[in-house]
Amino acid sequence: MRTSGRTRRTAVIAVAGLATCATLITGCSSDSKDDAKGDSGKSSSGEQITLHIGDFGSFGYDDKTGAKLFSEYERLHPNIKIVEDNVSDGQQYWDSLKLHLQQNSGLDDIQAIEIGYIAEAIQPNLASKFVDFKTVKGFNVDDWVSYKEKEATTSDGKVIGVGTDIGPTAICYRTDFFKQAGLPTDPAQVAALWNGDWSKFVSVGEQFKAKAPSGVAFTDSAGGLFNAVLSSQSAQYSDESGKLVYDSSPGVQTAWNLSAKAIKEGLTAKLQQFDSNNTWSAAFKTGKFATVACPSWMIGQVAANSGPANKGKWDIAQPPQAGNWGGSFLAVPKSGKHVAEATAFAQWLTAAAQEVKVFQKFGNIPSNKAGLADPAVQNATNDYFGTAGAPIGKIFSTTANAIQPAPIGPKDGTVKDIITKNGLLDMEQRGTSADKAWSNVKAQVKDKVGE
Amino acid sequence: MATSAPPAGWRSRLYRLDTKASPYAYIAPFFLVFAAFGLFPLIYTGWLSLHHVELGQSGSGTWVGFDNYTSLWDNQFFWKALRNTFTLGVISTVPQLLMALGLAHLLNYKLRARGFFRVAVLAPYATSIAAAALVFVQLFNPDYGMINQFLGHVGVHDIRWDSSKWPAQIAISAIVTWRWTGYNALIYLAAMQAVPADLYEAAALDGASRWRQFLSVTIPSIRPTIFFTIIVSTIGATQLFGEPLIYGGGVGPTGGTDHQYQTLSLYMYDKGWQVGQLGQASAVAWVMLLILLLIGAAQLLVMRANRRKLGG
Repeated sequence: MRTSGRTRRTAVIAVAGLATCATLITGCSSDSKDDAKGDSGKSSSGEQITLHIGDFGSFGYDDKTGAKLFSEYERLHPNIKIVEDNVSDGQQYWDSLKLHLQQNSGLDDIQAIEIGYIAEAIQPNLASKFVDFKTVKGFNVDDWVSYKEKEATTSDGKVIGVGTDIGPTAICYRTDFFKQAGLPTDPAQVAALWNGDWSKFVSVGEQFKAKAPSGVAFTDSAGGLFNAVLSSQSAQYSDESGKLVYDSSPGVQTAWNLSAKAIKEGLTAKLQQFDSNNTWSAAFKTGKFATVACPSWMIGQVAANSGPANKGKWDIAQPPQAGNWGGSFLAVPKSGKHVAEATAFAQWLTAAAQEVKVFQKFGNIPSNKAGLADPAVQNATNDYFGTAGAPIGKIFSTTANAIQPAPIGPKDGTVKDIITKNGLLDMEQRGTSADKAWSNVKAQVKDKVGE
Repeated sequence: MATSAPPAGWRSRLYRLDTKASPYAYIAPFFLVFAAFGLFPLIYTGWLSLHHVELGQSGSGTWVGFDNYTSLWDNQFFWKALRNTFTLGVISTVPQLLMALGLAHLLNYKLRARGFFRVAVLAPYATSIAAAALVFVQLFNPDYGMINQFLGHVGVHDIRWDSSKWPAQIAISAIVTWRWTGYNALIYLAAMQAVPADLYEAAALDGASRWRQFLSVTIPSIRPTIFFTIIVSTIGATQLFGEPLIYGGGVGPTGGTDHQYQTLSLYMYDKGWQVGQLGQASAVAWVMLLILLLIGAAQLLVMRANRRKLGG
């Protein structure tokens, strides 16, 4: 008995030890990032330095699958070597970035920040750790679409990040299912069905349901519909001061009521977007739904998840109302050893020319105005969609220019998660009533953010 | 004698110092490691639990006394997590230990390929939680999982293993049971092999059946081991974390859309890392510790009473 107790404890200690080692190793390696090359921040042109850029998911910069921007920059600056530290999960990335910022260690020279977290990053305790781009030569807020840099601006006017991409949202729909349900299939006619009002989108859903092919829901998830509707609203979770007002926000109410209605009418496929069990992504291939709200970054997901067999069955139409869902920023921590070089590199990456290159290779819509207006973006088509290639450049840039900025707050992400995962998904999966689900949401928001 | 050798008194003092002090030096590493990785986090967590501290916040937070604890008392999600921890603990621990006992009893016989079976029962224990949980997630998938397909053949249809409360809790306890049964079985087996063979011979001479022998010889003889496994499993059940987190996928941290299977550990994780309220998360951690101490004390009392009854 003793022995077994000890065995277990040894195992525990061994595991703990391994974990500690792992932490130490990563800790060390992250610390040494800055020390690896070069002695100080002095940036004489001949000195060899390594710039680390930390990001998540896929930014489309890398040399393997991206626009090869790293090697291009290395060619332009022979003394600079670039290393990308990529974490696939955006939330994990942000959680550890917050810790690193708190400790001022393990930080990369450039850190990407997703739009869902930027409002948290501009709060004084985190914003003070980043370079203020207002003080940087060659930086001009007006280079970006109006709402982009506003989101990275602190209450005292500092700008902590330069905008990479934006997520203007369109609607992807299955032409074959629309045809079977007696709806038009041409993008212009489809867009006309719901033009101007998301409630028309739900009405189209009802029409679709009346004659839908069996086993096909109108849209993939209530959460996706909610996000798409909300992203087009000028009042979202927070007011201008960043205070949570989701409970009285007309935008949230509109999005909630429409999503709840869609659930009640049975228009959703009851899936959870990006669930780790891949049920959602598998449902693309098996054709379980006819529409999905398509931010620009989603079209790659639609194509990859649906597979080559479904090529040509999807098309893209203008959304009922223009909204932005997603996008990121590049920020430069002040504590880095090569702040000047990192800042210059971040500016280069987000300049119009580079954002166009990323778009061409990867489809990320530029947030830089000149990039957005570039013919290469405007005239871009996507072969996977439509009969003769969908004009995605035109669709997304039209939407991007029509977007009205909405105030954002540091707790938006938490509330969004609760509403989509604990409110709407609970209604879809467990048949909870809309009123009960909303009071659950309120109780959980109160528990988590105390408001 | 007038050499440079040190005086005898000095030498013996050194010798005494060696015998007195060196044992402490030998055990010092354990205590240092324990202080760094056991005691310090414990105390620091306690200190945090009395403050309002947010993740990413600089400085040390503001003193709030026992506010974090009193707010837990009024918090429906805390009580839900406590209830879930209890129900998950019961439905994963009780069948697990009973099965382990049975398995150990079988392995105690002279079987063919006994060594193989003994290693085989330990294999689940060597699997990582993440890998095991992912496999079970696929098995229990309500739409295309093997379990629902099988149940469909025997007339039970469409059990929502992902969202209904009890099916989800049963699925999670299945992961726990699968992983730990073999481990406990080996512990029982070791204890069973220490039971003197003449006890069984005497029982057999008295005409006791195999089952009677198991109940009246084996069980009483390995009673301390059973208590040990109960204590260890209780601790494990109270800290249940990885299985429900991975089982839940996107809604893992809240233990399902309606907190159907959110355990105390998950609630603590959600508070600390998703929301960033380190003070409140620390309070949950301390409450968990207190609960474990209470359970431990209760088990100790039962064990004492039991020993007294046996006249030990």
